[in-house]
Amino acid sequence: MASEGDRRPDLEVEARRSRLLGGLSLEAEGARGVAIALISTAVFLTVVIVAISQSPGWPEVHRVFFSWDDIRSTFPDIARAFVLNVKIFLVCEVFILVFALVIAVLRSLPGPVFFPLRALAIIYTDLARGIPTILVIALLGFGAPALQLQGVPTSRVFWAGVGLVLIYSGYVAEVYRAGIESVHPSQDAAARSLGLSRFQALRFVILPQAVRRVIPPLLNDFIGLQKDTALVGTLGVIDAFNQAQIDANSTFTFGSYLAAAVLFVAITIPLARFTDVLIARDRRRRQASGVFA
Amino acid sequence: MRKAAAAALALLVVALAAACGSAEKSSSPSGTTTTSSSCAKDSLNLVSTDKLTIGTDNPAFPPWYGGSPGHGWKVSDPYSGKGYESAVAYALAKELGFAKGEVTWKFTPFNNSFAPGKKAFDFDINQISFTPDRAKVVDFSDSYYDVAQSVVVNKGTPIASVTTVAGLEPYELGAQLGTTSYQLIQNEIKPSKKPSVFPSNAGAVQALKNKQIDGLVVDLPTAFYVTAVQVPNSKVLGQFPAEPGGEHFGLVFQKGNSLVACVNKALGTLRSNGTLKQLDQQWLAKATGAPILK
Repeated sequence: MASEGDRRPDLEVEARRSRLLGGLSLEAEGARGVAIALISTAVFLTVVIVAISQSPGWPEVHRVFFSWDDIRSTFPDIARAFVLNVKIFLVCEVFILVFALVIAVLRSLPGPVFFPLRALAIIYTDLARGIPTILVIALLGFGAPALQLQGVPTSRVFWAGVGLVLIYSGYVAEVYRAGIESVHPSQDAAARSLGLSRFQALRFVILPQAVRRVIPPLLNDFIGLQKDTALVGTLGVIDAFNQAQIDANSTFTFGSYLAAAVLFVAITIPLARFTDVLIARDRRRRQASGVFA
Repeated sequence: MRKAAAAALALLVVALAAACGSAEKSSSPSGTTTTSSSCAKDSLNLVSTDKLTIGTDNPAFPPWYGGSPGHGWKVSDPYSGKGYESAVAYALAKELGFAKGEVTWKFTPFNNSFAPGKKAFDFDINQISFTPDRAKVVDFSDSYYDVAQSVVVNKGTPIASVTTVAGLEPYELGAQLGTTSYQLIQNEIKPSKKPSVFPSNAGAVQALKNKQIDGLVVDLPTAFYVTAVQVPNSKVLGQFPAEPGGEHFGLVFQKGNSLVACVNKALGTLRSNGTLKQLDQQWLAKATGAPILK
């Protein structure tokens, strides 16, 4: 933390730029750098394009995967189905944030008394991260309603959502835990010595610092969640991917897959850029506030 | 520096766009174009020489396949010669000059039967309905089975008393992914509740059992298997009136494969000498007599 304060922001920016452009950091070399980057990009693209378009299977691949008519005609249906993916994503995210925090806090409880809770939290995160999401969703979506218990929902979207919350809470709990453990123990000690209870110290001192630090990796997991909403299709619910498969199977072409991919990317790329902005802002903030950030 | 990056990026985008647009090459058929008018066994265009390689999905379900699981296949065994598709395949093989031992079955998931690239089978036989759109990508043989679609429902549920196509409108219906059954739901029934499409037979059957869907639309022979074996206490509600021109299953070939002509010739023989009809009665006889939905 203290070491962060030594670094000068302008050096940071320079270092980042040079990673992008392969070490060209002097302004004097600017024009040459532009030229080299352009030529290099042109050569690279020419090689790639020629290699792909000259391959023997290209006409077929082009027709089957990149048919513009195909992409355009399937897009509206897939976009309508994509609304379901976004809904699942938004609702699950809320539950995951809360549930995972509870697990992370349980796992961080000190002292021998809380051993059973810690053990439960550890077993939970191990299982949640260990079982493939698609299996959990299929087991819940077809298995839970098969019990035919009164009051148990049969909605497949509901059970897919439960599956996603269970699995992703395992990942997110570990992200939270990393944040909690990154807060120096002296913070807790100081809070307790001021007369705050254990819960108050957690609530007002530890968690605010912990959560702020883990926002980028949290968003990372949500980008993953957004993509995994497509697994609801295994239960027969028509989401964007299932709709794309329907279209692919009715024409035996895969243009619809591209249409679906574009929709997912349209959400995940802005999320990724937003993550970058948050990281940058966090870095600036810590540097600005010096040693105690 | 940033300018360089932006310029390079712009170049990349333009070039990619150009690549996508400019690729309207002559779409030459990718199969070898040996114009073999003769269908002698050794002049056939085959994936592996002296063997007839046939694709189908795993598990292979009755009544299309029969026998007990074997050769890596679940539920049924294509090598058994039992079940309609297996029997037709072996009858075709015989007609083309292949002994039973010269037929190899290749596990081919439905999606792989039409994925671009070189096919691993000479033809695929997997209850695949002919449609003009599909025929742009693969070659179909002539019909080896004229199929009717039908609805399976749980007995004693509200949908079980429906007798017309229009009467199905308020219910939640399901179909298997990749079937024309889904198109039928969308185009003919136009249900008010969003239909479901299942990637696997197991999922579709379980959803019907769980009453997560009211009715499952499948081809008629499969419907009888579902009611007899897979979903207890279910029944075939009825079959859909045949469309003009009808729907039929065809064998799937690599686009431009010269083998199609020879297989069609063999199919023609099997049709005219009554073999297809006899196999139909032997394996699919139970699949008749469902009431027609008006």
